[in-house]
Amino acid sequence: MPAKRIIPCLDVKDGRTVKGINFEGLTDVGDPVELGARYASEGADELVYLDISASREDRSTFTDLVKRIAGRINIPFTVGGGISSVEDAARLLDAGADKITVNSAAVANPQLITEIAARYGRQFVVVAIDARQVDGKWMVTTHGGSRLTDLELFSWAKEVEKRGAGEILFTSMDHDGTRNGYPCDTFAQLCRSVSIPVIASGGAGSIEDIAKVLKDGEADAALAASIFHYGEITIHDLKEELLDRGIEVRCY
Amino acid sequence: MIAVVDYNMGNICSLGNALGRLGAEWRLTSDHDEIRKASHVILPGVGNAAEAMANLRKLGLPEVIWKIRRPVLGICVGMQVMCRHSEEGNAECMEIFDAKVKRFSEEPGVKVPHMGWSKISNMESKLFKDIEKGSYVYFVHSYYAPLCPDTIATSRHSEMFSAALKYENFYGVQFHPEKSGAVGEQMIANFLSL
Repeated sequence: MPAKRIIPCLDVKDGRTVKGINFEGLTDVGDPVELGARYASEGADELVYLDISASREDRSTFTDLVKRIAGRINIPFTVGGGISSVEDAARLLDAGADKITVNSAAVANPQLITEIAARYGRQFVVVAIDARQVDGKWMVTTHGGSRLTDLELFSWAKEVEKRGAGEILFTSMDHDGTRNGYPCDTFAQLCRSVSIPVIASGGAGSIEDIAKVLKDGEADAALAASIFHYGEITIHDLKEELLDRGIEVRCY
Repeated sequence: MIAVVDYNMGNICSLGNALGRLGAEWRLTSDHDEIRKASHVILPGVGNAAEAMANLRKLGLPEVIWKIRRPVLGICVGMQVMCRHSEEGNAECMEIFDAKVKRFSEEPGVKVPHMGWSKISNMESKLFKDIEKGSYVYFVHSYYAPLCPDTIATSRHSEMFSAALKYENFYGVQFHPEKSGAVGEQMIANFLSL
């Protein structure tokens, strides 16, 4: 099995990396290309860039940014935010993205996963799933957790795999932003119900949390944003600690 | 001038960017003369091996590639089509490397495609000059070349496989050096100085 991956996530608005709690009170944390290059040199295994701009004009700004990222970064990177058609995916592929991530649009139109995977291969498609517990069942939500769907997490995960997703990026909306750790039992169950890699997102407050989700939660990768942006934990220290705990990560 | 072979097999954006970062002059081409005259030839490839072979044949490229005496590097599917045969689409390939490409078997705990960073070992070539033992490189593949006399580096997924192959002036790597960080860039630089 490949090494467990550590993936910093950068939210981008108007060409800058931003960080806020639930998209409110955004703070500028730097140039996305420079920050990504720094993470890559510190040992990040991949990067995820999410476009959180609202308007169409901003989309072309983001495409230009993807070109700059591709020119500079020498590790794989995924882009997402507002992808709702095969054309959107094609534009980002042409700009140099290695993978794209779809979320709400895939729930609204599952055929989108099938079409993008058929055209560009499953390694190109990461399906993001946000879910929370409702009456003891994990239910899928969209639009940043604000809309509840009638899809159940595990059956949706199996469906996206069948349709051609290459990876699943799972966020528990009950844990996202809490910094109280991940729901490891749910991750373990998810990892066993599909045969594609699962990336854990949302909830990391400490190295311990990340170690737990990679070990007990069986996740293939962990994605985090704020703990890296504010320099609370460096990727280098995180990886050293994970190695000490017997978790295989890439030394570089 | 480095020739990157254009045979409609996926996006070469990352490879072009990696060559650009090394300051190399390169051109995407399927022109026979340009490929023959190039100092180095790179055969990239993302996608299906049978389709890749069909595209190469349509452009008359296998005959051109066979005769090249300067360094040639196949990447990923580009390496697989330089083998004898591929299980993917039951494709007869270029028969440069003495290996038959197979699919990873799906077993509990083994995810296919093999995607991510894995260690490479047993490196035996100038291609790996200054690369530390146990370095990690980035793989994305469901098919692999088993170990064979042309193997110059190994890696492991459900089993050991050829991470790289060499026969005379022909080199092939299963991983993506253009996505493998500083280690990958060093390997591309090593290839360019062959």
